[in-house]
Amino acid sequence: MMTLAHTKYIVLAALIFCLTPIFSQAEGLIADQKFKADNEIFVTFSGAVDRAVAENIANYTVFEEPDPDIQLELESATLSEDSTRVSLRFKEPLNTAMTHVVSIRGLAGIDKTTFTVSKSYLGYLFGILISALLINNFVFTKYLGLCVFFGTSKKKETAKGMGVVFTLVMVVSALMSWFFYNFILIPYDLNFLQIVVFIGLVSLTVQAVDTVLRKVNPILFNSFGVFLVLVIANCVIIAVPLILANNNYNVFETFMLALGAGGGFLLALYLMSSVSERMQLAKIPPTFKGLPIAFIVAGQFAMAFLGFSGLQIF
Amino acid sequence: MANDKSSMQLITRGILSENPIFKLALSMCPAVGISTTVMNGIMLGIAVLFVQVFSSVTISLFKNLIHPRIRIPTYTLTIATWVTVIDLVLAAYMPEAYAKMGIFVKLIVAFAIITMRLEMFACKESVNDSFWDGLGMGLGFMVGMVVIGFVRELLGSGMILGYDVLGFKPLLFFILPSAGFFVVGLMMAFFNWIEVYYKRSKGLK
Repeated sequence: MMTLAHTKYIVLAALIFCLTPIFSQAEGLIADQKFKADNEIFVTFSGAVDRAVAENIANYTVFEEPDPDIQLELESATLSEDSTRVSLRFKEPLNTAMTHVVSIRGLAGIDKTTFTVSKSYLGYLFGILISALLINNFVFTKYLGLCVFFGTSKKKETAKGMGVVFTLVMVVSALMSWFFYNFILIPYDLNFLQIVVFIGLVSLTVQAVDTVLRKVNPILFNSFGVFLVLVIANCVIIAVPLILANNNYNVFETFMLALGAGGGFLLALYLMSSVSERMQLAKIPPTFKGLPIAFIVAGQFAMAFLGFSGLQIF
Repeated sequence: MANDKSSMQLITRGILSENPIFKLALSMCPAVGISTTVMNGIMLGIAVLFVQVFSSVTISLFKNLIHPRIRIPTYTLTIATWVTVIDLVLAAYMPEAYAKMGIFVKLIVAFAIITMRLEMFACKESVNDSFWDGLGMGLGFMVGMVVIGFVRELLGSGMILGYDVLGFKPLLFFILPSAGFFVVGLMMAFFNWIEVYYKRSKGLK
């Protein structure tokens, strides 16, 4: 099993190699740049700079990378004692999940110095995962996949099976959709075929997983096979490809989003099924039996999940 | 297989006795997600009505050519085609309303109600009946969306279709996203209660 162990390290090394260019982006004059408080960007210069230039907020333009038209308003720019570090304070809190582009005019005689500020890439990827899992949970905050959600959340066992199968299909089909979107739909200008292509890919994935699982692991197929049909009727599975196409996600972001969406669905199903099992013993008014009470419980979960909004780990 | 219902009966069945939202409990996602205003309900209702009617008619036209083993993929692709049509039309002619509905127009493709009608009705019945059945189901969905939107918009912001009716805002809670679950749940309970009450008044158990 030596070869297998080595493969793991090679893959890991390749992954790190792919990610390194993103970490080393400091340019000549700028030594370091980072977000500090949620309304502050902290820039370190490689040498002392002109105080008059660096402290004049009219010299700075800052915007989020996707929309250059919306310039963020600065409140103050404070230079440190040794004139090498400047702290930019903004009037409104920044959305630190976004890459910010900062340009300074007239610094060290150069007409315009431009650099980007972003959080570490792994942190950003992890942010996407957490966001899809908790903050924008597909069931409780985006209201997707409800038919299957209410159908399969009666027992814990079913919930777990459905969640795992769903996550698996989700990741595979999202990666395939990403590939098709970037290498076929965009180059040939077939963007309007999005819906047809994505739903076709999802059906194909489900069929493929069905066939492979049946041959490779019949025992697993017997316990999970029934959920595969349900996966296709779930709108989350088509929502994820549409979201990644809308946001132009790269392959790592796509993977994280799909994992978060699947995990979030699993989490929602498990929570709901735990409550459902307890509810079978409770005395519920006859008019509320069945779906109505399930909706009320889901509403309470949705309110609880509102508490995650604004959560930031990195 | 002949269908013994008239076109009128097919429509009322879709709206009342087999209402997609309240009775069949299918396509719940938009009913919870974007039912904050009556206008949203009408817009998405029109989109669903369009997709449902045209998919039903298409499948009914070609029902003898579709091999039973590939019928589900055929349904999916038919629906996807019509969803693409309505998606592009709405994006071009009603960009504001389209932006409000967001991803839900594209998600019509995964609505269980449409596939279900194709499987249960359109693949067996004549083109004419399929048209009326599709119309009834689409209208039923629209009515459901509008009713939920009516309750949420009136109670949440005191307005109907953007016009200020009450002059004050009774309960902001109803505009909040999570209230969708409560409104749908309470309305389902309400309809159940009417049914129970009605049966009891007739002397039935």
